[in-house]
Amino acid sequence: MLLAERDPAALPRLALTIIVLFLLWPALNLTEFNPAVLFETNNRKIMGQFLSSFFPLNLSPDFLKLVWKSTLETLALATAGTALAMFIAFPAALMLARSLSISSIGPGPGRLIGQFIRIPVRWILIVLRSIPEIVWALLFVRAVGLGPAAGVLAIAITYSGMLGKVYSEILESGDTRPARALLETGSGRLAAFSYGILPGALHELVSYSVYRWECAVRASVIMGFVGAGGLGQLMELSMRMLSGGEVSTILLTFLLLVLLADAVSAILRKALE
Amino acid sequence: MRPLSTLLSIVFLALAALSVQYLSLDLMRFFAPDSLKQMLAYIVSFFPPDLSSEYLSRIAQGTVETLAISDIGNGLAAIFGLLLALPAAGRLGPVLRAIARFFLNFLRSVPELVWAAIMVLAAGLGPLAGTLALAAHTTGVLGRLFGETLENTPPEPALALLHSGSPRMAAFMYGTFPGIFPQLIAYTLYRWENNIRMATILGFVGAGGLGQMLYFSLSLFQQQQAFTVILAMLFLVAIVDAISAWLRGRYIE
Repeated sequence: MLLAERDPAALPRLALTIIVLFLLWPALNLTEFNPAVLFETNNRKIMGQFLSSFFPLNLSPDFLKLVWKSTLETLALATAGTALAMFIAFPAALMLARSLSISSIGPGPGRLIGQFIRIPVRWILIVLRSIPEIVWALLFVRAVGLGPAAGVLAIAITYSGMLGKVYSEILESGDTRPARALLETGSGRLAAFSYGILPGALHELVSYSVYRWECAVRASVIMGFVGAGGLGQLMELSMRMLSGGEVSTILLTFLLLVLLADAVSAILRKALE
Repeated sequence: MRPLSTLLSIVFLALAALSVQYLSLDLMRFFAPDSLKQMLAYIVSFFPPDLSSEYLSRIAQGTVETLAISDIGNGLAAIFGLLLALPAAGRLGPVLRAIARFFLNFLRSVPELVWAAIMVLAAGLGPLAGTLALAAHTTGVLGRLFGETLENTPPEPALALLHSGSPRMAAFMYGTFPGIFPQLIAYTLYRWENNIRMATILGFVGAGGLGQMLYFSLSLFQQQQAFTVILAMLFLVAIVDAISAWLRGRYIE
């Protein structure tokens, strides 16, 4: 009672806290939550050895050459994947964009087909992007084997779903009247796109693609963990062999690479504004 | 500025061509009739998904485990994030500020999956490793976001309390906290949506949940089971997005 008199909000807050804790209790059990495991002598010994082997970094020329090769592979993987994704996304976006829809102008031949073709395309894009790239990578590693090819395909698939959606939104968001005018006077979609929309939307399209490339660099490092090539695959190997010096070198390279991609993308996007 | 966009597009295409060559990717190989047939056979082997009640109950278990991993990981991160945000926002002096920021940056810049691989070594295979991995990375993210919130909140209410003689803790709890609370919840929910996606994936390195099931079933060439797991992942993410949107609408806007 005393508490409630001093602070009218205390009791509801206390109640809310208790309810949340009560709801989380089973989750604690499910996750086998027991931080003491971390301090068991056996685990502590392995971990201690592993962590202490992080220093010094492994800077032997042979290993650095390997890291350099993997870094290039990661960058190439991200670039090729993004490019492939753009090739898939672009036609899809042209099909989806309402601002380029001939069928919405009025009745005419092919109107029904025009209106219905959008639905499957939209659904395919949703499926492509809602499965995370690393799951695609895992699937492709089984289908085309270990190595960067699986990574390229995974990036291409996931990012074509994202790019397709965003491209079509960009095509719809600007000034769509020129394209509309072109379409209504009988020009084709491609012409309406090139002369009616592209001049206004090019910057945004390029800017978003650059941003996605940056994401692809980050993702391709991660995807290596399931065997899709690049730095991640190298790190996975080093981790298995518990060679901490190699792991820390790769981690550092990874951080530098991400910072670099960040910076490049930021500079390019700023220049595009 | 249009020339820049055109130039960039050309440079990018050139780089992409170089990349394909560097990786010695034979893209045509994927479209050869033979490999197309193999690919098709692989895709077909995923159908129909395994919907036997026995497997579904295991899926349910995996789903709940994934949910629990993301919940606890996110909850721990919110607590530690707030604790670290106080020094990171400079409330405890410049030295602690620098230390806290460095620590948060470090936590954040190591990706979840790498944390998971490390935690699997530290805590053994299973959901605990995933939980700790999510907590580690998310603490870095939330700590920074919370710190920024703390810096941007108007200091007057807390100052008024302090000047009228209330202790620092009370001034924070009643002057600052109510103002930033909605923002903290918004950030936490946003990370939760992210983390549920991550939690489904962390299992690939042995950190429990649906990811581990997917990894196992694909390794054992049980594609139909794998397909069920993928469906469960999509379902889980959709549900969480809906819940999160509802909570956001109810408590924040």
